[in-house]
Amino acid sequence: MSVLAHEAHGHHDSHHHDEHAHHEEHFVSKYIFSQDHKMIAKQYLITAVFMGFVGMLLSILFRIQLAWPGESADFLSFFLGDTWAPNGVLSEDMYLGLVTIHGTIMVFFLLTGGLSGTFSNLLIPFQLGARDMASGFMNMISYWLFFISSVIMFISLFVETGPAMSGWTVYPPLSALPQAVSGSGLGMDLWLISMAIFIASSLMGSLNYIVTVLNLRTKGMTMTRMPLTVWTFFVTAILGLLSFPVLLSAALLLIMDRTMGTSFYLSDIIAGSEMLTNHGGSPLLYQHLFWFLGHPEVYIVLLPSLGLSSEIISTNSRKPIFGYRAMIGSTLAIGFLSFIVWAHHMFVTGMSPFLGSVFVFTTLLIAIPSAVKVFNYLTTLWKGTIVYTPAMLFSIGLVSAFITGGITGIILADSALDITVHDTYFVVAHFHVVMGLSAVFGMFAGVYHWFPKMFGRMLNTRLGYAHFWVTIVGAYGVFIPMHFIGISGAPRRYYDYSVYEVFDGETFLKFENLNLVITIFAIIAATGQLIFLFNFFYSIFRGPKAPQNPWNSSTLEWTTPVEHIHGNWPGALPVVHRWPYDFSKPGWEEDFVPQTTPLKEGEEEH
Amino acid sequence: MGSKLIFLIVVVLGVVAIAQLVRLYELSSKLRKRGEHEISNRDNRLNAKLMLAFMFVFFGSMIYLMVNYGWTGRGVAATEHGERLDWLMSLNMIIVLVVFFSTNFLLFLFAFKYVKKPGVRALYFPHSTKLELIWTIVPAMALLVIIVLGLIEWDNATSKAKEDAIVVELYSKQFDWTARYSGKDNTLGKFDYKVTSDKNLLGIVNSETLDYAIDKLKNDTLLGIDAMERNLNNKNKIYSVEEREKMMTTLHRNEEIYRLLVQLKNRHDKSLDAQSWDDIIVAGPAEKLYLCVDQEYEFNFRSKDVIHSAFFPNFRAQMNTVPGQTTRFKFTPNKTTAEMRKIKNDPKFDYSLLCNKICGGSHYKMYMLIEVLERDEYNAVMKAIDLGSDNATRPKDDQLTEKELTILKKKFGDALPAAHRFETLFKGAPAPAVAPVVEGAEGMVAPADTAQVAAVPGK
Repeated sequence: MSVLAHEAHGHHDSHHHDEHAHHEEHFVSKYIFSQDHKMIAKQYLITAVFMGFVGMLLSILFRIQLAWPGESADFLSFFLGDTWAPNGVLSEDMYLGLVTIHGTIMVFFLLTGGLSGTFSNLLIPFQLGARDMASGFMNMISYWLFFISSVIMFISLFVETGPAMSGWTVYPPLSALPQAVSGSGLGMDLWLISMAIFIASSLMGSLNYIVTVLNLRTKGMTMTRMPLTVWTFFVTAILGLLSFPVLLSAALLLIMDRTMGTSFYLSDIIAGSEMLTNHGGSPLLYQHLFWFLGHPEVYIVLLPSLGLSSEIISTNSRKPIFGYRAMIGSTLAIGFLSFIVWAHHMFVTGMSPFLGSVFVFTTLLIAIPSAVKVFNYLTTLWKGTIVYTPAMLFSIGLVSAFITGGITGIILADSALDITVHDTYFVVAHFHVVMGLSAVFGMFAGVYHWFPKMFGRMLNTRLGYAHFWVTIVGAYGVFIPMHFIGISGAPRRYYDYSVYEVFDGETFLKFENLNLVITIFAIIAATGQLIFLFNFFYSIFRGPKAPQNPWNSSTLEWTTPVEHIHGNWPGALPVVHRWPYDFSKPGWEEDFVPQTTPLKEGEEEH
Repeated sequence: MGSKLIFLIVVVLGVVAIAQLVRLYELSSKLRKRGEHEISNRDNRLNAKLMLAFMFVFFGSMIYLMVNYGWTGRGVAATEHGERLDWLMSLNMIIVLVVFFSTNFLLFLFAFKYVKKPGVRALYFPHSTKLELIWTIVPAMALLVIIVLGLIEWDNATSKAKEDAIVVELYSKQFDWTARYSGKDNTLGKFDYKVTSDKNLLGIVNSETLDYAIDKLKNDTLLGIDAMERNLNNKNKIYSVEEREKMMTTLHRNEEIYRLLVQLKNRHDKSLDAQSWDDIIVAGPAEKLYLCVDQEYEFNFRSKDVIHSAFFPNFRAQMNTVPGQTTRFKFTPNKTTAEMRKIKNDPKFDYSLLCNKICGGSHYKMYMLIEVLERDEYNAVMKAIDLGSDNATRPKDDQLTEKELTILKKKFGDALPAAHRFETLFKGAPAPAVAPVVEGAEGMVAPADTAQVAAVPGK
């Protein structure tokens, strides 16, 4: 039924096109308030690149403090001025502000909004053979809400009392009491408003993705012929749809506690010298609500990257992805399990230990589908003929980081072991390897691979190589030593480790040395990103023109014209006859068979 | 300013230089008629080799760090359960490191070995149920072991303390820790945050603290309810709108608290007063928390303002402190500070209690030192702390014995740890009726004014 309806829609659309072939769109509706998924994808990407660089700069600022505590740095006063870096030394409060906004931007604005927003928008219609998203209008609103929330979050950095300073998880009561830390004033209000808008944006995006995947697949595109990218975007959208509203409720209750005198999260508190009358609330309630989103959020960040890299690894190994159905199954399993593991972030928060042991069990189960994915990647590479495009390099980097970050998760998921490493740098290292390396590598891989599709031009390959090698060396150089600091007990969110001098000189020296190493690698890695920044903007305008199908890929997006047109395909929609991974298939001359090629007589599908 | 200008110029010139190089590269590619999407065999081979080289550097630095900073890098545990957790950590580390090295090895090996070679076609190998089953079941079995062992230790670490465990409360606030020993009866006096006052920083409830808090709330000359109402009603006093609003808010709050306090007082059971008077309060970081080796402790945690986390790195223990809720954790130290100093070969080493949950600007400075003593030392110290300046006024039988004084002298020299019974802190030290003449004790008895000293860190 839906296929029929869609066909009708398609015919109508192509007809529509013939009539208005020379119709020029207005600048505003083409570049600003565009309802075209391709333009919206680009808008998301550019916003995310901006936010990503802001987030990275913030991290360099506080890394300088950690490597050279208390020393004056021109770099700090250049960006922070005398208020937040008097005499070039970062202030304690701003340290927390930087850490908080760095986390918020990276997790939500770069890796949720930026990653899903860019690639779901670009690839879902393209790879499914749809003319556009189910609702172009809602898609446009989704982007502009994302933009507004980005702007508000960015502005909160410039507020007189500072941005939110209670960590990216903004646990109350710290985030609820302006008396407790200066960032819990206006900065926190802006944080909450920004996040509420962000959530609305994310929900609209997710709804659109789900509906498009379910209803707008072209003829022959069954669910089991969809590329793994679309599968992961689809599962990601479902996760977002089910978990973000819970974060919204957490944020709304926090807003009420802050402004209307309710006591959802507050009980028996003396803030400074003020004895508050709030009674009966529980800070743990917030943590449950937050992590009910927070954990699926990790997979909202990670799954799209895994999808992108599945596609890229298969294409550039010139081999079908190994275990296509197992990949779908593991994606669904990860998606499902991610909803019943949230309290592993709360083993030592005062939650019942029995409840903790249930969550140990469910959390460790996630390792199974994750292991399946890793082994499937490895088998895909085995006996392949690997072509090293920059996208392929980043995808291999992703697999390495996914392994490295995944195994430390096994330690952290074990509540007994978590007692000793909870909230230490071991956790910081773990989730940075998973999200900061693995997911970011996936995003870079996606940008390098689909840049020709987005901008009709090619990125410079050599600069891509340089970018990758600097990034992987820099990033591992940051996070491998960080594990060692963490496991010896360094608490996170410490402005410096001078207290250790009082009681444990040896450990203090270890922290000093490794923190210095980490910061140097962080600066190297950050400098490496400038190569990307240059390559990205230079190639948008000056890059060589992209050919029709640069990577010899078999998916549908490479059958669309290089020059973007409204409706994606000039004529009728393509019809799909096979899965997207027929690489090096015996019986075919070419080493790839496009999805639009009908099966030969007697040919097995796969 | 000059350095900033130079910095900017260098950046701009750098960008221009890269742009020129890129142009050059593009022109040469065009001459060779090769697009950016066509990866030459040379580039493929180069990246394949780099993959292998990277693996060696990666593994090498990992091993270097493990050798240099200790295998798991955290030294010896100082509690019974901590030693078992370290064993479990080592076991888990071995499992995950085997996975780490083997899978990363395969990844980089394949990345090196299976680089595109002219004329070679990739193997069409879309799936294999057998292989997929193997790598579903093997990890599942390994995880089963990890889960079972982990849950056994988790249960061991979080189960109830034994009957003879000493109960100690740790009270957190921005940005310090205060400990409260339960005293001779091993029972902590009840608490309620509304009873908190300048003389009762932990909000301990008994008949006298209740009366004091109620009186203070009602009659304080500056912020008492009566004073505030007088001020607000005084036609001759002019306040700004904000000031007035703030005063009104405080007044409303205080009236509500007053009502609740009176109710609390009416419900209060006077027979419980004794529970609180013998509690002993130690305020960090100026004062140390003393623990006895091989003695189990049951810690109760409270927070005054925001969430903190009581983190004892060497004892392998951690628990958040949550406003409005009491949390708990137990452990048994099994190495004295002196022993640990020998192990670590660091005469200045001390055990510590840190804050490990972001709690505000000075989060990183919030700590308390812990000293684990031999049993006879511990008993002597606790007795001295309990008696404080009352030592001399007590009947001879209650006073510190010769032996205890010798131990104290050896441990602390001439200064006794300054900490106090709650009774002394709240009521003030009784003036010594007779000049204290205790043999060998001269200068060792805590001075009478330490009552105030102990109360100061609360500010």
